[in-house]
Amino acid sequence: MIKNIGWLTTLGLLPLLGALVIAALSPKSVAAAKRIAFGTTLAVAATAIAMAVKFQIDNVDFQFVEVHSWIPSFGINYAVGVDGIALVLILLSVLLAPVVVLAGWNESHGGRWSAKTFYILLLVLETMMIGVFSATDVFLFYVFFEAMLVPVYFLIGGYGTGKRSAAAVKFLIYSLFGGLLMLAAIIGLYVLSGKQGGHTFDINALSHLKMSSTTENFLFLGFFIAFAIKAPLWPFHTWLPDAAESATPGTSVLLLGVLDKVGTFGMIRYCLTLFPHATRTFTPVILVLAVISIIYGAFLAIGQTDFKRLIAFTSISHFGFITMGIFAMTTQGNSGATLYMFNHGFSTAALFLVAGWMASRRGSSKIADFGGLQRVTPMMAWAFFIAGMSSLALPGLSSFVSEFLVLVGTYTRYPVAAVVGSFGIVLASLYVLIPVQRALHGPTTPGNESLPDLNLREKFAIAPVLAVIIFLGFYPSPLLKVINPAAAHTIAQVGFTDPAPRIAQVGK
Amino acid sequence: MNAANYLYVSALLFTIGAIGVVVRRNAIVAFMCVELMLNAANLAFVTFARINGNLDGQVIAFFTMVVAACEVVVGLAIIVTIYRSRRSASVDDASLLKR
Amino acid sequence: MTSTAVVYTSNSLVYLIALPLFGAAVLLLAGRRSDRWGHLLATALSAGSFGIGLYQLSQMLGHSNDQRVVTQKLFSWISVGTFNVDAGLTLDQLSICFVLLITGVGTLIHIYSIAYMSHDLDRRRFFAYLNFFIAAMLLLVLGDSYLNLYVGWEGVGLASYLLIGFWNQKPTYATAAKKAFVANRVGDLGLSLAIMITFATMGTVSFAGVQEHVGQASTGALTAIGIMLLIAATGKSAQFPLQAWLGDAMAGPTPVSALIHAATMVTAGVYLIVRSNFIFNAAPAAQLAVAIIGAITLLFGAIIGMAKDDIKKALAASTMSQIGYMVLGAGLGPAGYAFAIMHLLTHGFFKAGMFLGAGSVMHGMDDEVNMRRYGGLRKFMPITFATFGLGYLAIIGVPPFAGFYSKDKIIEIAFNSGGTKGWILGTAALLGAGITAFYMTRVVILTFAGNKRWDEKAHPHESPFLMWAPMVLLAIGSVASGFLFTHGNSLRNWLAPVVEPQLVHQSELLSPAVVSILALLLVLVGVGIAVVKYLRREVPEVAPENVSVFTKIARRDLLQDDFNEAVFMRPGQALTRALVTADNAVVDGAVRGVGRLTVGTGNALRETQTGFVRSYALWILIGAVGLIAAIWVVAQ
Repeated sequence: MIKNIGWLTTLGLLPLLGALVIAALSPKSVAAAKRIAFGTTLAVAATAIAMAVKFQIDNVDFQFVEVHSWIPSFGINYAVGVDGIALVLILLSVLLAPVVVLAGWNESHGGRWSAKTFYILLLVLETMMIGVFSATDVFLFYVFFEAMLVPVYFLIGGYGTGKRSAAAVKFLIYSLFGGLLMLAAIIGLYVLSGKQGGHTFDINALSHLKMSSTTENFLFLGFFIAFAIKAPLWPFHTWLPDAAESATPGTSVLLLGVLDKVGTFGMIRYCLTLFPHATRTFTPVILVLAVISIIYGAFLAIGQTDFKRLIAFTSISHFGFITMGIFAMTTQGNSGATLYMFNHGFSTAALFLVAGWMASRRGSSKIADFGGLQRVTPMMAWAFFIAGMSSLALPGLSSFVSEFLVLVGTYTRYPVAAVVGSFGIVLASLYVLIPVQRALHGPTTPGNESLPDLNLREKFAIAPVLAVIIFLGFYPSPLLKVINPAAAHTIAQVGFTDPAPRIAQVGK
Repeated sequence: MNAANYLYVSALLFTIGAIGVVVRRNAIVAFMCVELMLNAANLAFVTFARINGNLDGQVIAFFTMVVAACEVVVGLAIIVTIYRSRRSASVDDASLLKR
Repeated sequence: MTSTAVVYTSNSLVYLIALPLFGAAVLLLAGRRSDRWGHLLATALSAGSFGIGLYQLSQMLGHSNDQRVVTQKLFSWISVGTFNVDAGLTLDQLSICFVLLITGVGTLIHIYSIAYMSHDLDRRRFFAYLNFFIAAMLLLVLGDSYLNLYVGWEGVGLASYLLIGFWNQKPTYATAAKKAFVANRVGDLGLSLAIMITFATMGTVSFAGVQEHVGQASTGALTAIGIMLLIAATGKSAQFPLQAWLGDAMAGPTPVSALIHAATMVTAGVYLIVRSNFIFNAAPAAQLAVAIIGAITLLFGAIIGMAKDDIKKALAASTMSQIGYMVLGAGLGPAGYAFAIMHLLTHGFFKAGMFLGAGSVMHGMDDEVNMRRYGGLRKFMPITFATFGLGYLAIIGVPPFAGFYSKDKIIEIAFNSGGTKGWILGTAALLGAGITAFYMTRVVILTFAGNKRWDEKAHPHESPFLMWAPMVLLAIGSVASGFLFTHGNSLRNWLAPVVEPQLVHQSELLSPAVVSILALLLVLVGVGIAVVKYLRREVPEVAPENVSVFTKIARRDLLQDDFNEAVFMRPGQALTRALVTADNAVVDGAVRGVGRLTVGTGNALRETQTGFVRSYALWILIGAVGLIAAIWVVAQ
């Protein structure tokens, strides 16, 4: 039926193919499963980079578009395509996947099920991630959005530590609740589109719908709450620390680094473009929530005693920044937020992977159990330190560019939010330096004397991540060039233009 | 004769049956009361068929009889089995539906 | 840069930064393999950077004074919408002063450290950090926009953090490093807000662009920018109220204290203010705030300096006080910028020299820092004594040493800034000079004069050549630099294109001669009191406890830490604990509550499922009757 398979479909099918190969292996061939999984993720990453090279930067329409009829009676299509924002997030997903496989080479051991299952789940998840970012049909997006929960649920519940079952159930139910609201809103859109020239789920067509402001507000909220849970935004955040604490480090990287981005990505792609008026109505409330997230997440991070929970709370603070940038409605804010999503993925990956190695060596992820690691394991300490510096947005590292763009972009339109939010940068220094001091500095505490330093595999896993963090800190242009047109297009769609400098306003 | 009188009889029978199901403990009696309710319904159907002058009600009455026959077979079998194992046909002695 | 200025481009500016950055990268990546030659490479690269700086200076001298600006654009760094920032460098008359100070003093301190750190297992890492610091500091002064400056600004903060915590196995040192970083971050918050306001107001963040548009901006916005820049400066330059970290920063190895926490990094705030002169000139309120902060800090630091027994902490308090002078000078507007920079440069020489001297003393005294355990060291360390003494004469402002020229000028301009403001600022500065004389004399007497108060185990000895040679060079600077900078108004004229000093003479409240005489008198009084108190009397080896409450407060750094702990740290910790509890109990409690509610409802409803056929039958009957009743009601 499908004669020519496009780039995005190929990209999505590759991991599935890998999963099928692994499924055909005998249960005992663990090593082969790992190698195939790693090879598959590498191949996907290479394909994605090849695709990104062909991306036309100046074109603001969706590219690599494929449309095939799926359920014609409801107007549902298999429709995929990417703009700059989606492309960057797909790149993030496919680049992190091989890192996660390599870094967590032994994560699948000791799980409830076999290592084979672990890698099958991981690869299926990769397909879902690619799908969710490239879908241009709202129904297709919804399917990926919900189906993505399944592999994550099993990854947390089957291979995690501690209260993994409870955490997995909390994650699943919380996300499903949001998904349900979104489903209701999608059905609402569908009904509206039926009244205005034919049922469709096409995002471009839906963005031209006319609706009363009440309807628009309700539909907006349906989408927004789902995304706010996913992102997560205060006060919908409490599933994240539990999930991150229980999941394996690799799963946590994908969870915090990629899956949560679906929330912020959804805000840009669906909330902003489908409901521009409601966006304007709710912006003040959302900015308040975003600023609360920044400050609240930072304070909570300072108060944590467990590395994994700490990193989860830092992410809540960072997602506050991203949301603030999105709803600042300036190109700087929007581009900065998208770049922030990419950079946060890498810096959190670095933090979580190193914290995971520390925890697996020490048998505990309590900060108090560590001490003086810089003497014992200098490489690991350096990796953690650089990742931490990236988390606190040190200039010269990638997060700085995005965080500053978000702040500048927000300030030009909403100065108060930007000023209050920027207190997060002071708190960030505390939540990074306090664990650095406790775990890396000071005398080596009992139980840490003979921890081994990073091995070759771990060095190969972390080095590219840190290299990306440093490189993009000095030269973010390649990504910004891809993001800028899409961000500007989004802002224009909502009907905003960047505020002119105040001196120019006086001139008028 | 007024057709409505048949309906009154049907309602009376149905009520007797319903009360019987609720108040009697013996499973056989309760079962017979269910049959009584079914037949009350049949009577109503037939009456309506007569009033409306078509055969739909009679057809349904036949259906009901068939179903009732099946029910009697299965139901009695269950009651007999329970009686054999418990030496009692009181419905209040068995709360197996709870688990 | 006036409109007629000719701007040259150069491709070699980047190497100023690239050389030390390369050194840091090599030393950190090569690891233990570079232990044997790492320090030599680092020193050579720092010297190479100094060489490029000298070459640039010679190039600049070849042009007339309005054609000396050199720029280099490397690449477009951040470009989104109208927010465009290039990775660009600008070398002008102001930044070349800093380049030479940073690389010159930096190279001397590299050389000194080769010997000072020779027994440390991690010497290579130390040199890597030093090189990194040089690179970051050069970026700070060479960046052509506020955002580029910001990168260097935080880069030096990171270097400072790493070097203060160089011996972070000791928990107090690790805490000191963290404290410095966090205090600096508060300042950085000011800088980032300043950049945001600048962009929102003028649509650009480059120095040239801001200078061009500054006339069109409202005074309110400029005042806000100025205050934010001042907050940034107080963080980095340890000015009131963000000064508390500097004393603790002495946990770092002494060469670090000399380079970063005396000569270069802590003066970055002064650079920022002078660089932003066009903003402060247009925002008098912010400018006055700068002057007031400077005056407060110069007294604050001086008072702490009087009470410290730790030689490094006494010098750190002195640094704080001297930077107070610079900030005061910078806050006095066009008349003061050149002298703020002059004091910055002369201070770079004499304070670095004295810190190295203190390091030399510690080196000879088994790392003892308590001056009450020194005494009579001049016989054992003649070179250290001589160089330290020259620095001492320079800092207290004895003519013709460097401090006399730079400090007296700032006092004079403070007096002449007009009205009550002039009287208050001038008096504070004058008073500071007297106190400086007292505490510096105290340091010299306690260390080098009097009876020996050290253990028999200590064997004080002069430091090796590699250590005293830099000290000698810096001492020469302390002696000569003031005269050189003042001779024919050389530095003032040199900086004129950047800071545009008002050459029109202001109404004189006090003439230069009067100020000099007053200052010298106060210096004499300060020296005299110190001599009476510490040379004529026996110095106890343990600090006496029965002292006035003022001394006690001064020993506790004027309660700066107590204040910060009571106002920020403890409430912050309490808030954190409260939020952690609340998050668990309230926010997550609500989520768990919904879960429990669902399960509870299910359990309650389950009770109706008795399992008895007759109850089900009854329910069915009730339901059927209810249904019929409902239909009946509706049908009515």
